Amino acid sequence: MQQTLIALVEDKPGVLNRVASLFRRRNFNIESLNVGRTEKPNVSRMTIVLDSEDVDARKAEVNLYKLVNVIDVQDVTNQPAVTRDLALIKVKATPEQRAEVANLADIFRAKIVDVAPDSVIVEITGTEDKIESLVELLRPIGILEMVRTGKVAMTRGTASGVRHAPGANGHNHLEAQKL
Amino acid sequence: MKKTGAEILWECLVREGVEVVFGLPGGAIMPVYDAMLNYPVHHVLVRHEQGAAHMADGYARASGKVGVALATSGPGATNLVTGIVTAMMDSIPMVCITGQVHAHLIGGDAFQETDVTGITLPVTKHNYLVTSADQIARAVREAFYIARSGRPGPVLIDFCKNAQIEETEFEYPEDVSLPGYKPPTHAPVSDLQKAADLIAQAERPVILAGHGVMMSGAMEELSMFAVKTQTPVAMTLLGLGAFPASHPLSLGMMGMHGEAYCNLAIQNADLLLAFGMRFDDRVTGNLRTYAPRARKIHIEIDPSEVHKNVHVDVPLVGDLKTVLTDLIPMLDEYDHEEWREQIAEWRSETDERDIMSWPNDGKLYTAKVIHDLWEATQGNAIVTTGVGQHQMWAAQYYHMEQPYRLITSGGAGTMGFGLPATIGAWFAHKDREVWLIDGDGSFQMTQAELSTAVQEGANIKIAIMNNHFLGMVRQWQEFFFESRYSGTPLNGPDFAKLAEAHGIPARRVTDPGDVLAAIDFAHQTEGPVLIDFQVEKEEAVYPMVPSGADLDTMIRRPVRRTQARAAAQD
Repeated sequence: MQQTLIALVEDKPGVLNRVASLFRRRNFNIESLNVGRTEKPNVSRMTIVLDSEDVDARKAEVNLYKLVNVIDVQDVTNQPAVTRDLALIKVKATPEQRAEVANLADIFRAKIVDVAPDSVIVEITGTEDKIESLVELLRPIGILEMVRTGKVAMTRGTASGVRHAPGANGHNHLEAQKL
Repeated sequence: MKKTGAEILWECLVREGVEVVFGLPGGAIMPVYDAMLNYPVHHVLVRHEQGAAHMADGYARASGKVGVALATSGPGATNLVTGIVTAMMDSIPMVCITGQVHAHLIGGDAFQETDVTGITLPVTKHNYLVTSADQIARAVREAFYIARSGRPGPVLIDFCKNAQIEETEFEYPEDVSLPGYKPPTHAPVSDLQKAADLIAQAERPVILAGHGVMMSGAMEELSMFAVKTQTPVAMTLLGLGAFPASHPLSLGMMGMHGEAYCNLAIQNADLLLAFGMRFDDRVTGNLRTYAPRARKIHIEIDPSEVHKNVHVDVPLVGDLKTVLTDLIPMLDEYDHEEWREQIAEWRSETDERDIMSWPNDGKLYTAKVIHDLWEATQGNAIVTTGVGQHQMWAAQYYHMEQPYRLITSGGAGTMGFGLPATIGAWFAHKDREVWLIDGDGSFQMTQAELSTAVQEGANIKIAIMNNHFLGMVRQWQEFFFESRYSGTPLNGPDFAKLAEAHGIPARRVTDPGDVLAAIDFAHQTEGPVLIDFQVEKEEAVYPMVPSGADLDTMIRRPVRRTQARAAAQD
C-alpha cells in the first residue's frame, strides 16, 4: 500500500537530510521522494511516497511536524489529484528496431529524445502505472538504462489533501477562539 | 554598532537571561571564550564535556530555564552527545554551542573537524551551522525559542571560527519567524466535549501524570482536576513531584518498579487520563494487555506521541495547562468512593511487604538509607540520581511533595548523569539543599567532576550507595540469568579517600546506626561532602515487572516476618 504526501518545507540547507534522517530513524520506508522549488520563494515542495503496510499517513505527518523547517503536510493518497512520474529509458535498438520502439512510444504519447546508432532514449511522463506498462513492453527489446524522477502530485481544482492532525502545527487556534 | 560574531553570541545570551554556562575551551571556540570575559556570565569549567551537557541539563530541570553548554569542535563536541541524548529523551530545554573549524575548511578533514550538525541531527530538537557572523544573532534567538517552547528539547549551534572572529552590524532580532514551527496550545472544543463525556461515564478513572505536567507548569490544574473528580493520580518517574506524594489521591510511581497497587489500579481502570506522558515501555509493560478495559484520553503537546505506543480514544493535542484550564470547567464533581476503596484495599498489604517493616538486622539497606535521608531533609531537598537500583529506590523512598525536585535521567537512562547534574542543579538553587543519591557504578563514570564541584565551591551532598556491583544489571542476572554475574562485580576506589584527595570532607558508613549522624555531618558542613554508604550487595528493587511482561505480573518482595509479628504468632 502506497501513501503519497505533499510537504512544504523551508528552502534551507540540510532540510532534505532532516527529512531523510527522520524517515530512517522512525523506520519508514521511502518509495520515492521528489523535491523542488515552488511558486513561493524560500519554500520547497516534496512529494513523498511511502511504501509500507504499517506506517499510516498520520504517523508520517505528525513526525514531519517535529522538524522545525516543515511548514505543511497533506495526504493526497485518495484525493482527486494529478500525479506524474517522468522516466528516461534508454532502449537497445538497431536501425531496424527503431520503428517498433517509436510505435510503442507513440501509443503511450512518449517521445524519442535521442537516437544513437544502436540505442534510443524514450521520455515518458505519466502515472506510475502507465510508465510501468511501457517499461514492460520495452523490456523484451532490451532496456539499457532507466532513470525516474519519482512521483510528483498536485490536487485538482480547489481540493486539498487530508490533514490527519489538524492541530499538529498550531492551526487549531481558529477552533480555539470559540472558547 | 559593529561587533564580532563571538561578542554577538554573548550579547544574545545575556538578553536570553543566561547567567551561567558550563563548558571547556579548545582551539575552535577560543574567540568565544575570549569575548566571554567582557560579559556578566559565570563560566563553570568542567573536566569532560559530557559533564557540561549534564550540568546544563540539571540546571534546566531545577530552574525551568534553558541550560547552556559550551564546547570546542571535534572531540569536545562529540563528548557532549550523550548529554544531548539525555536531554532529548527527557525533553529538557538546553542550548549547546560548539566551535567549528573555519567555514572554508569544512569538508576537508581539518584538525578537530567533525560533522557535528550531522551527528546531532537525530538527537536534537533542531540544530544550526553558523558559517558567517551575520547568522549568529538569529540562530541564538531561534535556538532559545525552540528549546523552551512546545515540547522542549536541546538545540545545538555549531559556530565556525571565522564567524566568531568576523565583525558585522549587530541588531538584536526581537521577533522570531519560523513558518514551520507553531506549537499547539488549545485543543478543539469538540474534542474537549468528547473527553468530558468519557470522564462523566467513568467509574474507575486513573490519571497518569508525566513530565509534561511540570514542563507545562500545570501542577495546580492537575490538582484541581484530581480533587474535583476524585481521580487517583499515578506518576511516571519524571512526573514525581507533579502531585504531592502525601496526598490521599496519590498512587505514587507507576511502571516497572512502580507501586503494586498503582499498577493494579491502572490495569483495572476503565478510564486512563494521560497528562503529558508518552506510554514508555517502562511504564506500560506488555502493550497487548495494557489497561485492557480502559478508554484513554491523552493530553499531549507533541502530536507524534499520540497513538504512538497506545491507541487512545480522545487525543487532546495542546499545552497541558491550557487544555486543563479549558477542560476543568466542563466537568462535574465526582466521588468514585467505591473505586478509591478498592485501591485502598490493594494498598493495605503494602506495608507488610515494605522493607521499612523489616527489623534492624545490622545491615545497611539502600532503601532505608534513602528513607532516613528523606526524613532528615524533611523531604525538601533537590535529589539527583544516577541510573540503576539506587535511582529506583530514590524514586520509591524519597517521597516528593514538590515539583522540580527529582532530577534523574529517565528516557535515556544515562549512568554518570548524577554528579554533573547535581552541580548544575545547585547553580539553579544555591539556597536549597542538593543531594546526589548515586550508585558506585554510575558515580565512577563522571567522578572527575568532583574537581569542578570543589573549584566552584558547590554546596552539594553526595551519598554513594556502594554495593560493589552494577546493581540493576546484577538484579536482572539474578532474576533472569540464573545469578550468573557476568560483568557486574565492580571494584571502586575508597570513595572517602578519593573525596579527601579532592579536599572534600567524607565519611564511610557501614552501620545503620551511623546513617543519621553522617547525614547531619553533611548537613553541617559547608561545601561538597561525600558519604560512602556500604550497602547490602545483593538486594533487589521490588516490585518488578519483568521487561515486556503484563503490568500486573509483578515480582514482589518476599514477606519477611517481623520480630513483633513472629512473637505474636508463636
